[in-house]
Formats: sequence, structure tokens, C-alpha cells
Amino acid sequence: MASLHFTQNLARHTECPSAALPADTVAELLARYFESWPAVRGYVLDDQGEVRHHVKVLVDGRNIKDRRKLTDRIKSNSEVYVFQALSGG
Amino acid sequence: MARQLLVGTRKGVFVLGRRGRDWRIERAELLGDPVTMVLGERDGTLHAAQDLGHFGVKMKRSRDGGATWEERPVPAYPPKPDDVVDVDPMRNTPIPWNVMKVWSLESSQRDGELWCGTIPGGLFHSRDGGDSWQLVETLWKHPDRKFWVGGGADYPGIHSICVDPRSPDVVRLGVSCGGLWLTTDGGKSWDCKGQGLRADYAPPDQAYERRGQDAHRVVQCATAPDHVWIQHHNGIFRSTDGGLTCTEIRSAQPSVFGFPVVVDPHDPRTAWFVPGKKDQWRYPVDGALAVSRTRDGGESFEVLREGLPQQHAYDVVYRHGLDIDADGATLAFGSTTGNLFVSESAGDRWQNVSNYLPPIYCVRFVN
Repeated sequence: MASLHFTQNLARHTECPSAALPADTVAELLARYFESWPAVRGYVLDDQGEVRHHVKVLVDGRNIKDRRKLTDRIKSNSEVYVFQALSGG
Repeated sequence: MARQLLVGTRKGVFVLGRRGRDWRIERAELLGDPVTMVLGERDGTLHAAQDLGHFGVKMKRSRDGGATWEERPVPAYPPKPDDVVDVDPMRNTPIPWNVMKVWSLESSQRDGELWCGTIPGGLFHSRDGGDSWQLVETLWKHPDRKFWVGGGADYPGIHSICVDPRSPDVVRLGVSCGGLWLTTDGGKSWDCKGQGLRADYAPPDQAYERRGQDAHRVVQCATAPDHVWIQHHNGIFRSTDGGLTCTEIRSAQPSVFGFPVVVDPHDPRTAWFVPGKKDQWRYPVDGALAVSRTRDGGESFEVLREGLPQQHAYDVVYRHGLDIDADGATLAFGSTTGNLFVSESAGDRWQNVSNYLPPIYCVRFVN
């Protein structure tokens, strides 16, 4: 199962514990996570379901390429991190 | 007199109460994050809209006077269809269908009814006190919205919502830059009004284009709501017919430029402004902070300075940074420099409450 972790700066606003979930894409992983932690969704994704402008998502250390539909594939042992982008905000 | 004064700032919301003869900060809440708008309802419920930057806009509500805050749903735009073209005509850039800022928040005389104005231009409606929000599609899909442009912000925004006290179905909006809008059927239909508003920053043939006017702030008199005052980008305007037609007032001193305006709830001819020098020089004239007041519908103005710094003051007061209590005598304003002033003499004398607050976005009395 892939592991999902969030920046501690987000934990200041809403509970967002790390989790291990089965998924083939980032979209699937986040969707499964939001089933248990629905309040986190609006902090990570915007109204259109895209990654927020100043949030970045990394899979095994690399920024995802599809910030719009989150189709980037993940492996069963992938580590996925949601961080603040150092781009403003 | 008001029970509380809410101050939304760059670093949180401050709750003030009157103790003895003074207004004092009693709570500092939601610290660390910008609070772009606050609202206190008749039943004491408080609302605060946050802009968390990286993590977007959030809505908080307090039912215990500001001691604790709960997260509530945020207005959200619907999925943007791929075939819809929606661009800001000023720069021909796509308008994001995302709530970028909550810029106005008002309740009505109907229990639970709230209106919320946002950047990039969507108006949202709630019938359950903010537990859910619906985009007002009639305005969002109005063909004239394509004339709206960003002013100080990159995208258009609704900064003023005036619910008519005679009927909650009558609502007036101020849009920067999109003029003055009116619904008389609770939002089923909208029309752009404001004939007579003049934009001297536009080419001459477009100066009176109603749909592009930069009304910085629009307020109505609580007891005579057909009397509407507008602090516009290039001057002060007044309407006595509910915003259908507007008359420019050119005699205000020390200048006609500014952002906020409030009107006496009991006297529609009395209004207050906090002028800046000019749009190109956004600080008080001569570095001397002043409030201007008219008591005769704009025929003449007094410049009120007692208690305000008169040397090297470079405060700007944003459009929501000035408020008046329902008593018509108590006013408060806060500045980008973090200075907060209260007057209980209709502006004749001002008391400095703090010089050390973060930049102030909005001040509102709670009755």
C-alpha cells in the first residue's frame, strides 16, 4: 500500500494523519484518504478538484506532473507527500 | 451601543468590547492567518473568512462570542465546463473558478440567510447560516459579467452587499470593477444600475459604461435605503433612488479619493469617508490622517482630525475598514498600518485603541 503524508503546517489547521492505502494513481489515493478525512480535501484541492496553486504533491520524491487530474501513477510501496509550495501563498 | 467590535487583520481577528469609557481588545483569535471578512449576526453568531494562502479560503463560525471557532463549509464554484470561455477582458486571462477571497458577507432579516461576495466575482447564498452555500448562477451566468475586470486585485470581486431592510429580496451589490447591481426578486434576475457613475480612468467614450465602474464601496441608509452612497475610484457619488441614478459630489475635502464610506443609519444625508490623496498617492493628504463628514447630502464637508495623527501618518483605510454602529454616533476605523480608532461623537473626536495591530482589513460592530 502507498503511504500518504502531509506537511505539519497543514496539521495546524486540520487533522491529517499519515495513512497507508491501496491505490494506482494519486487521484485514487487522495480520494480514498478523503473518504476518511473529508475536511482535508479543501486544503489540498481547489474548487475544480485540482491541486491548489501553492500546494505541491510528490511521489517518491518527484513532483507530480498532472496537477489537474492527478493521474500520476504510484507503486504499491510509494511514499506520497503533500507539502506547501515555496511559491507564495 | 454595539456589544462588540470585530477587527479582521492580516494576522487574525480581534474582538473588542467596551469597558468603562474605553474599547479594549478582549480576544485575539485565529492568530497567524489573514481574516479578510467578519460578520456578527443579530443573535450574536460571529463569522470569519480566512485566507490561508497555500491552503485556500476557509470559513469559521463562533457561537460563544469569539471564544471558540468551528470550521464551516466554504463557498465553492461548480466545475467549469471545458467549452466555457471566461476571461478577464482587461488582460485577456482566464478567470479561475475558485474562491480566491471572501470579500463581503452579509445577513438579511430572514433567519439563516447569508450572502457572500467573492473574488473572482461569484456571489454565494446560504439559507442555513453558512452550513451550505449555493453559487448565484443567475449573476455568474449573466452575459454582462464578461465586462467585469479586476481592479486592485487580479480578478473582479463583489465587495458590497446591501440587503434592503424593507424586503430581503431587494439586494444591491458593488463590484470592482463591474458597477452597481440590483436584484428585486431575491436573485432570480439582476440588472446593472448606477447611471451617472463616471470613470475618468477609462477612455472618454467609456467613462459612463455602467458595467465597468470601480465602485470601491457601496452602502445604503438603514432607515432610508433608497439613499445610497458610493466611494468610487475617482470620486464620491450619491443616489436617492436606490442606485438607479447617481450624482457625483466633487466638493469633498481634503480629497475625493478613498475606499470606505459609511452612512448614518438615521440620517441619509450624513456620511463619513477616510480620504487618501489620490489614486496614484494612496496616503492621507499631507501625511495628516483625517475623516471627512457631510451632514447635508454632500453639499458641504467637515474635516475631522481631533485625536488623529497629523504628522507623518501614511495610513490607508481599506473599503471595509470603517464602520458605524446602529446608534449613528459610534464609528471605528482601522488602517493598513495597524492603527485602530473609535469615536463615540460621530467623528468629532477619535480615541486611539491600538497602534500595534497587524494591517487591518475590516472592522464591524456587532449589535
